[in-house]
Amino acid sequence: MTWNNLFRTARRNLLANRSRSLLTLLGIVIGITAIILVMSVGRGAEELILNQIRGLGSRTIIVEPGREPKGPASFVELFTDSLKIRDLPSLKNPAKVPGLSGIAPNVVQVVTVAAGAESLRTSVIGSAELLVDILGVYPAVGNFFTAEDIKQKAAVAVIGVETGRKLFGQTSPLGQKLRIKDRTFRIVGIFPAKGQVALFNIDDLIVVPYSTAQEYLFGINYFHSFIIQAASEALVPRTVSDLKLTLRENHGITDPAKDDFHITTQADAAERVGTITGILTALLVSVAAISLLVGGIGIMNIMLVSVTERTREIGLRKALGATNRDILYQFLLEAILLTALGGISGIILGAILALVAALILNQIISLGWQFTFPLSAAILGLLVSSLVGLTFGIYPARRAAQKNPIEALRYE
Amino acid sequence: MALIEVENLTKTYHDGTVETRVLQDISLTIQAGEFIAVMGPSGSGKSTLLHLLGFLDRPTSGAYRFADRLMTDYSDDDLARLRNQKIGFIFQAFNLLPRATVLENVKLPLVYSAIPEDSWELKARAAIETVGLTARLNYEPAQLSGGEKQRVAIARALVTNPAVIFADEPTGNLDSRSGGQVMAAIQTLHADGRTIVLITHETYTAEYAERIIRLRDGQIESDEPVAKQRAGEKLFNK
Repeated sequence: MTWNNLFRTARRNLLANRSRSLLTLLGIVIGITAIILVMSVGRGAEELILNQIRGLGSRTIIVEPGREPKGPASFVELFTDSLKIRDLPSLKNPAKVPGLSGIAPNVVQVVTVAAGAESLRTSVIGSAELLVDILGVYPAVGNFFTAEDIKQKAAVAVIGVETGRKLFGQTSPLGQKLRIKDRTFRIVGIFPAKGQVALFNIDDLIVVPYSTAQEYLFGINYFHSFIIQAASEALVPRTVSDLKLTLRENHGITDPAKDDFHITTQADAAERVGTITGILTALLVSVAAISLLVGGIGIMNIMLVSVTERTREIGLRKALGATNRDILYQFLLEAILLTALGGISGIILGAILALVAALILNQIISLGWQFTFPLSAAILGLLVSSLVGLTFGIYPARRAAQKNPIEALRYE
Repeated sequence: MALIEVENLTKTYHDGTVETRVLQDISLTIQAGEFIAVMGPSGSGKSTLLHLLGFLDRPTSGAYRFADRLMTDYSDDDLARLRNQKIGFIFQAFNLLPRATVLENVKLPLVYSAIPEDSWELKARAAIETVGLTARLNYEPAQLSGGEKQRVAIARALVTNPAVIFADEPTGNLDSRSGGQVMAAIQTLHADGRTIVLITHETYTAEYAERIIRLRDGQIESDEPVAKQRAGEKLFNK
């Protein structure tokens, strides 16, 4: 039997039982839709996070206290106080870290801020002038605080537009008073509406000099991170190793395994994000694959019914000269055609849902979510659905092929 | 020329420990171009004999020569190919594909043949013409009468130009008028020189044959030529 005729026969049989075919298809459609959706949204999330990391700039290096987090056990070590003010002069020393072009030490804490009768809980960042250079976002109104403000531990703050609107309504916040933890700050600058840039949502920010935050707000003498900029991208690896040597020297560490800090570059972060989203996507895809298993069993069930129903037809075809292989191929092709059709529908439906999800996510959280449709997901979907047809179709098809023609012809 | 020669053909079925001998020591010869009727009460083994002769089943013992070739060593695939090329079947229950047109039904044996596809249409139309159903080419079986269905089945049996046509109670599901038309169609095939083996328990259909083999309890009871040929034909065509 030629392929052409096999296809025609399979199509006729599937169309003859249209509603049954459609219902059988549904399991496969749902499974493939879920896989496509998960892969597309997973890729979208990865792109989003990667874009934010890229927003930091390829020259940016982040130093954080504690050992590199490598599982739940080391979580506690995240909150160590190893990065101190005394690290700053040596890191800024060109003899020790020649590649460093700027450093912004940071502290951050969630606190209550208030203005007039309005108040809200938000995170306040204590940082240095370099922060705006790294983010590439400068106040639209007023100015960022200066090195002098840091030295003086001045009570000044730069805020995002959203923070300003929540606290002051329509009034311009510039020059207004703001209470953070019962200390009064003067607002000297307002960021433009930028949304998410790198790790921060600019619109929600409150930034004060780190020295002020350390002493008057949080009562700590250490930093939560150093954001460092290398002079050029090529100098990043060299700068990282210089930073390590200097910090070890400062902290009296001889064994690198006992480092009380860890350093992340843009490349590291991107890699880590790729790993995490990869694992998550794989996990979700395997959950979605369970529905494919269920769908496949449905296919097998319906194919077995079909084989029994068409026992006489099988007998007739054999009497007219069909070989066992002809019958096997006929039923197998029907199963594969059915699942492949489900796969294609699933791919289309999954892509539409992923697009809708992207639109909704953009509306709600304005993150700049990109709709991505990985071609690999489409190919995988089609392959997997056809494979499901093959796997779950082979048993019914073999049953059909092995029917004795005489008994099949006699079957009522 | 002897088309079919069987010697001491025996068929035994095993159902658990019970052994049923359906056919026992059947020996017969069928010449090319003969029209033979096989008669006998139900359970006499006539259907089993037809299955064996039509390569649908294998004998338990005995020799079967088809066109001077011994069939014993043929594989299942070889037998499927032989059924396709050499044999045409007509069944009591017609066995047409319900959702296919007359034309598609008649083409069905060609689908499993090595005959090139571009000649199928012509062959199928010619076969349908022979049974006088050209006007029903695109009808589906549900739109046809019983007699028409069986004539479609005859066209289907004929389309591969087989060496022999086996008809298993072809008029069993038909009224006598339709039965007459079907038998007339089979008679035409025979007149064209085809070998026909007809299984029936109705004497009036058996009378179309030139020779009647009677079976009883799996053995040949009698095997003799029909004296008054065409008597039945006159009965139907008056």
